[in-house]
Amino acid sequence: MAKLKVVHYLNQFFAQIGGEEMAHIAPELRQGVVGPGLAFNQAFGDEAEIVATVICGDSYFNENLEDAKAKVLEMVKSQNPDIFVAGPAFNAGRYGVACGTMAELIKNELNIPVVSGMYIENPGADMFKQAVYMISTRDSATGMRDAAPKMAALALKLAKGEKVGSSAEDFYIPNGTRVNFFEEERGSKRAVNMLLKKLGGKPFVTEFPMPDFDRVEPNPAIKDITKAKIAIVTSGGIVPKGNPDRIESSSAQKYGKYDIEGLTDLTEASHETAHGGYDPVYANQDSDRVIPVDVLREFESQGKIGSLHRYFYTTTGNGTSVASSKAFAEEFSAELRNDGVDAVILTST
Amino acid sequence: MVKEIERAGIPVVHLCTVVPISLTVGANRIVPAIAIPYPLGNPAVSMEEEKVIRRNICEKALVALTTEVTEQTVFE
Repeated sequence: MAKLKVVHYLNQFFAQIGGEEMAHIAPELRQGVVGPGLAFNQAFGDEAEIVATVICGDSYFNENLEDAKAKVLEMVKSQNPDIFVAGPAFNAGRYGVACGTMAELIKNELNIPVVSGMYIENPGADMFKQAVYMISTRDSATGMRDAAPKMAALALKLAKGEKVGSSAEDFYIPNGTRVNFFEEERGSKRAVNMLLKKLGGKPFVTEFPMPDFDRVEPNPAIKDITKAKIAIVTSGGIVPKGNPDRIESSSAQKYGKYDIEGLTDLTEASHETAHGGYDPVYANQDSDRVIPVDVLREFESQGKIGSLHRYFYTTTGNGTSVASSKAFAEEFSAELRNDGVDAVILTST
Repeated sequence: MVKEIERAGIPVVHLCTVVPISLTVGANRIVPAIAIPYPLGNPAVSMEEEKVIRRNICEKALVALTTEVTEQTVFE
């Protein structure tokens, strides 16, 4: 039997074209296998093979969404594939969104099996986990060896029309679809066992996880913005030149609080970005491009706002866990409140 | 971070380039920005023109902060 034809989607980094400085590249089609595609071909064995790889820069994809979607779709379609595989994207946010977007589009337009893979905290996971099968991966590329065989196995299952098991059996991120099966032990026994584990402080797995709707109600609008004290917060990693507190370029373990009293403009000499997840050239030239200190000072002197808070808070948002981000913001939000800040402008790259 | 600031009772506006991510995360007031490496600028134009772009986005941020919202709202 002929091998099933697979098209693989990669970003500029995994295609070994370059890092953030190449994130702007437009979609391109290459015949055959590129980079991590090798691990997939190995896992596919005699059953399937990557015939072509579509590569697109992460920034290009997210900044030119409609154009990128159309181009990538055309490229994939031209290969007439049986299966589409995107990623895995691990914890790379823009890449995850691109993988999810393309997998969903190709599933709907070409009606072929699609599989992606990413880390559970990747924003692409929440956005697309109900639309397409997504293998749950580790948060960095060290998880490739584990992810590729799982993605390949699920793709083959789908292509052959075999029954997909539960998320725990087939390693995908739970998508809200229930899969019926028979438990060997009856409910009362399982419940008592779970209770004993809980009482003993041992780990246990609930059979009925509560849905996690973490939404916060919007606060009332500012009544008189001309009297409001406004603070800047950013996940874009702007720091004083030299990054005095050594905020990590990714997976940040801390945030910074920096004094901007008297500053009317950020310059190449005064500030830079510590962020490792986007091309830093533009932010290093002029950090106002990420945190608008110059314009807010202008607004302050024109009386459009009451005042600009003396400190801004900053961290690098790439690969930083939800738990860390939450902890940072809990801490500095209390400070902001105590300092009488009325509103926050938060910028993200 | 945007949710924790909101939870602390401080109105917050999120200026960001990839709006779908902001919506997924749960920001309530969102203003779209220019590009990932320069959300509030554009190196392709002069510094003066860039400042106009930045001013424009900041004006929208003020509009967002002074507008009552009951659900996630993108201020285009």
